[in-house]
Amino acid sequence: MAAKGLSLDKVTIALDGRVLLSLTRHVPPGSVLTVMGPSGAGKSSLLAYLGGFLDPAFSGHGRATVDGVEITALPAEERRVGILFQDPLLFPHMSVGGNLAFALPETVKGRAKRVRHVDEALGEVGLAGLAKRDPATLSGGQKARVALARVLVSQPRMLLLDEPFSKLDMELRQQMRQLVFSKARERGLPVLLVTHDEADADAAGGEVVRIGA
Amino acid sequence: MLTRLGPPLTILLLTGPVAFGLAGTVLPAFGFLPVLGGTEWTLAHFRTLFLEPAIVTSAVLSLAAGLVTALVSLLAVMLFVAGWGGTRLFSRVQHMVSPLLSLPHAAAAFALALLIAPSGMLARLVSPALTGWERPPDLLIVHDPYGLSMMAGLIAKEIPFLLLMTLAALPQVPAQQTRMLTAALGYGRVAGFLLGVWPAVYRQIRLPVFAVIAFATSVVDVAAILGPTRPAPLAVRLVTWMNDPDLSMRYLASTGALLQLAVTATAMTAWLALERAGTFLCRLAIFRGMRLRQDAVVRGLSLGMVLLAASAVLAGLATLAIWSFSGLWQFPDALPSSFSLKTWITALPRLAAPLGTTLIAGLASTLIAGLLAVLCLLREEETGHRPGRGALTLLFLPLVVPQVAFVFGLQLFLIYTGTLATMPALILAHLVFVMPYAYLALRDPWHAFDRRYDRVAAGFGKARWRRILHVRLPMMTRAVLTMGALGFAVSVGLYLPTVLVGAGRLTTITSEAVALAAGGDRRVIGVYAFWQMLLPMAGFGIATLLPALIFRRFRGMQV
Repeated sequence: MAAKGLSLDKVTIALDGRVLLSLTRHVPPGSVLTVMGPSGAGKSSLLAYLGGFLDPAFSGHGRATVDGVEITALPAEERRVGILFQDPLLFPHMSVGGNLAFALPETVKGRAKRVRHVDEALGEVGLAGLAKRDPATLSGGQKARVALARVLVSQPRMLLLDEPFSKLDMELRQQMRQLVFSKARERGLPVLLVTHDEADADAAGGEVVRIGA
Repeated sequence: MLTRLGPPLTILLLTGPVAFGLAGTVLPAFGFLPVLGGTEWTLAHFRTLFLEPAIVTSAVLSLAAGLVTALVSLLAVMLFVAGWGGTRLFSRVQHMVSPLLSLPHAAAAFALALLIAPSGMLARLVSPALTGWERPPDLLIVHDPYGLSMMAGLIAKEIPFLLLMTLAALPQVPAQQTRMLTAALGYGRVAGFLLGVWPAVYRQIRLPVFAVIAFATSVVDVAAILGPTRPAPLAVRLVTWMNDPDLSMRYLASTGALLQLAVTATAMTAWLALERAGTFLCRLAIFRGMRLRQDAVVRGLSLGMVLLAASAVLAGLATLAIWSFSGLWQFPDALPSSFSLKTWITALPRLAAPLGTTLIAGLASTLIAGLLAVLCLLREEETGHRPGRGALTLLFLPLVVPQVAFVFGLQLFLIYTGTLATMPALILAHLVFVMPYAYLALRDPWHAFDRRYDRVAAGFGKARWRRILHVRLPMMTRAVLTMGALGFAVSVGLYLPTVLVGAGRLTTITSEAVALAAGGDRRVIGVYAFWQMLLPMAGFGIATLLPALIFRRFRGMQV
């Protein structure tokens, strides 16, 4: 029986034959592995490899499994890897509720049930009742929360965080960190966080890997 | 994977017709045309060609038209961007000129003709007060033997084209910083731009410039409306031979098409020499550190040229519209003495069939071109390779080879397969010319799309095609519709491919309008030219209004 959580087995990113990073780690459900390093060290490529979007210029090897499922053997859309970037990237052509409904798995059937899921997810991040809103009319902090609610409602196996707090101002940043990490813990999602910011690593509380230094 | 097919299919659809067409043109020139019993290689048909009266004059006219058009319109655009880029006036003029891009060449030519003819609007406005003319003067302005009004018509259309191509290339060079830098060094506005920015811009618009040369050396519709008649430019005579019921004329037409290729190639070679001369002058100016601060005259002239080109066409279009609604309109009255809907009412029933063909051919070719462009762009992302210079040249191939030289051969091929004058053949012929524009229009917005949206959607378990349909294309609605409008406008404006492939049985608004030119009924021409103007404009109108309407509730989707 495979271990619960995210396991990286010799996950290696190389550019033109030069190895940028190679990781073997286990991230238990609900905890965070923080990867820190200067730009160009391959942090974002690591996320891209796990998400299934590695640029053809790079090459990636190694296995990543979540709860025993080898996600690196699956196409991107079957990995169910939730990603948060530094921008909220809400789809501008859908309402807030539309964004969440788009993320909600098709296995949740029935109109009423889907609406309820969406409303609950918004309520969980303190945005109950905003489903009809145009995302462009929200504040920066609200957008970040919608992005979080959207990724959670998609029922991911794990979370990938690509410096998701770096564009928020100080106060919001602290709030969002707590919100994201507490939601991940609640649901037992393993999290891989890449960042420049030591404070992110402190707040995450898990193991920290420094690369390319 | 379907995307894998994109690039090869596109290349095939672009180069196939050109290659087959050229072969079908070249072989009969040397006597090989089995359908007509020509199986022996001979050079005799070239002798026939050079015995044609004034054939050299025709060739020289075509050569001059190509070079003069390209040179004047490029100089006007270059100096205008140099002298006015970044100013408020510049963006105003840009907005005035842009719609002219979508106007078919033939409509612009009609507009100019009704403006400058001896009985045209300009003469009416100043007569008899200034000129004393009570009847139209006996002057050969339109159809002048040197082709000057034809060149003017071409220049008026190529200025918007080259201006928009230049504007598309500008963001890729640091124009603003360079302007500040050269100004700080004491260079005049124009000199600073020409020496500092232009070389990098020109490299990117070189293919469009060659497309202008190819088009102007071999133009048929503008030449038939404005050009000299005795003799006519080469391409016009070619089309007469090609459409001759005497099939043996096809040998002559083929040799003529080869001559056309030679004329266009000569014009391009001459252009290469001009480029050299330009580079030399640039280097000289840089070496001497010529500041050229006194550039007010040049700036004024360039602005005048661009404004003149745009306002002439716009005023001509207004004249066309008035003609289509006019009753009795005697010279030198500036306005008709009565207005009537009679021309419209009698013309409309006859318009139905060509309108239908125009719509079907335009929409189908644009749809296919758009699909292929999307497949190619998706494939580029998969492989991480942008197409190289070679692939882009292939893309432009149908635009830099004179249409008449390969569409004629393509026509033979279609006759051979029994597909001449069928809708699929017409759509294919239009596709060849729509495809390059569709790709170019979609390329930059496609690359500008933030692909992290795609990754986010994949994380939600959405398959690739659903991500494209639900996320990427909706977010790119505006760009996609603009591409569609441009492709449709290109198709509406196509004259020669329509005439040769439609073979008179499938006609479009443009081919009908040009056919009316000889008759000279200004009222009917007004109606047809009005539709020529209306269709592309409607396309761009939809491309602007529809996204605004669909996404009216989403502020992030507004411009």
